[in-house]
Amino acid sequence: MKKLYFFAVGIVFGIVMIKSEAASWFRIFEMFYFQSFHMYGIIGSAIITGVLGNLVIKKLQIKDFNNNRIQYNNKENTIKRYIVGGSIFGLGWALVGACPGPMFVLFGAGFYSALIIILSAVLGTFIYGLLKDKLPH
Amino acid sequence: MESILNPWPWYISGPLISIIMFLLIFNGKTFGVSSNLRTICSACGADKFSKFFDIKIKDHLWNLMFILGASVGGFIALNYLSKNTHVEISENTKTILELYNINSFDSDYLPLEIFALESLNLNNITILVVGGLLIGFGTRYAGGCTSGHAITGLSQLQLGSLISVIGFFIGGLIMIHLIYPILFL
Repeated sequence: MKKLYFFAVGIVFGIVMIKSEAASWFRIFEMFYFQSFHMYGIIGSAIITGVLGNLVIKKLQIKDFNNNRIQYNNKENTIKRYIVGGSIFGLGWALVGACPGPMFVLFGAGFYSALIIILSAVLGTFIYGLLKDKLPH
Repeated sequence: MESILNPWPWYISGPLISIIMFLLIFNGKTFGVSSNLRTICSACGADKFSKFFDIKIKDHLWNLMFILGASVGGFIALNYLSKNTHVEISENTKTILELYNINSFDSDYLPLEIFALESLNLNNITILVVGGLLIGFGTRYAGGCTSGHAITGLSQLQLGSLISVIGFFIGGLIMIHLIYPILFL
């Protein structure tokens, strides 16, 4: 039953990615040329509503659906991994115009060449796992 | 119905994304798609090569269900919830794309010049493979992607996520403005 819930939320996510055009290579290209507000509007309004939601949750100490406290895990206090890892991801994001969510959405939507991106991304993560201890974090 | 079939404006889409994030948070999970890449590695036996992949797959099945749903959602949206699927990008962007010999913006959701199965030549396969490798490597290095850092992390005002998102844009801007012209012009 629980699994069905996440499957259903995933369906909504896939629909939003397509209908918002956030899964379109064209929108990502345009975003990196700063030629439309569209992508910035999507990400910005998602963050603003997210910040407000998190504030309300913390202020009112709202419990989750299972009546547990909502946990917030703080990210590590370091710069290297975020700036280096983030830039590497950014290179790939711009090269294929898709981030991890949209690559699965696009494959489902019938753009089967997205499978090449997915498999390569799995391989990229595998390579990271092999090199992890040798990389600066 | 008309407004559902048309592309959704940013001020509808953005808040919907944060609602999706909260639907996961309210079930004790977090919104982070790239973690699935690690889970898939583990499921394929990568734990034999690095203890980074030594995770309980069972704890991450919910997220695999999420991306399975996302694929189905993509299918539904493109086939049943869209009147036409071309993307109304700005005229300036179209002019730049024409320089790159990409002209499918008036007809399609993605540039067919890169993504259509018929145009899968060695060049395009290399682009998709290298892009995928960078995404898979970079997201795990940074500990998250657009969902985990840009949406979830920034919503919690996490400094690490802000630095990551700055990184996303450094990489993206370098690719589009410096590397694209070398690769495609």
